[in-house]
Amino acid sequence: MAATVRLQREPFDAASEAEKLRRGRRDIGAVVMFTGICRGDEAGAPLLAMTLEHYPDMAEAEIVRHVTAAERRWPLLGVAVIHRYGRIQPGEDIVLVVTAAAHRQDAFAAAEFLMDYLKTRAPFWKQIELAGGGATDKIWVEAKRSDDALADRWTPSSGSRAAE
Amino acid sequence: MKLRYFAWVRERIGKPEEEIEPPAGVATIADLVTWLSGRGEEYAHAFENPRVIRAAIDRAHVRSDAAISGAREIAFFPPMTGG
Repeated sequence: MAATVRLQREPFDAASEAEKLRRGRRDIGAVVMFTGICRGDEAGAPLLAMTLEHYPDMAEAEIVRHVTAAERRWPLLGVAVIHRYGRIQPGEDIVLVVTAAAHRQDAFAAAEFLMDYLKTRAPFWKQIELAGGGATDKIWVEAKRSDDALADRWTPSSGSRAAE
Repeated sequence: MKLRYFAWVRERIGKPEEEIEPPAGVATIADLVTWLSGRGEEYAHAFENPRVIRAAIDRAHVRSDAAISGAREIAFFPPMTGG
């Protein structure tokens, strides 16, 4: 199965990526599309923009590795993952995960699995700019324990996440 | 070997990457963090809480007890916040 994995600065068209996966296919019975969007506030404070830093070669390799793991785990008929980097403004898309399968359970599960791993294992770091404009208003987003817990549920023994 | 730093680790150290030659005896990621921390205030600041620092050897996640011999590129960064 050919998966699409792309890291890019420019916006993506979520609907057309989903359409590409299913075009001309008669075996696909379910397509799940998740889009992560930049919110306009952080804990109540207005957000001007978000900048995503990434480790280019490793990020792509990590995402491909997790797509491969998803394909081994669920009978998928198509996968697309697109992750943006650079400066992103509120209302813009950040990340896209599309999964296609014969049945919805597999498509839902694989999409959740991929998102949980993107949040905790793919080398991206978010920095937010709050209204105010000073250098002190640029803040690195802290990793959430709740995200780690969500990623851990996919591994039978949830030991250290620092290595596999 | 080449070291690369990301996010606030990069900001605290003040550079995105550098070439280093650690002395004999620096065998693991943890050893390397300890050795780097002694190189100056900026490194000590970046690595002040080693438990939160994540590392990769040649673009794969590793634990702090991973051996660094033969590594071409080692990266240090905070916990990831993508997605």
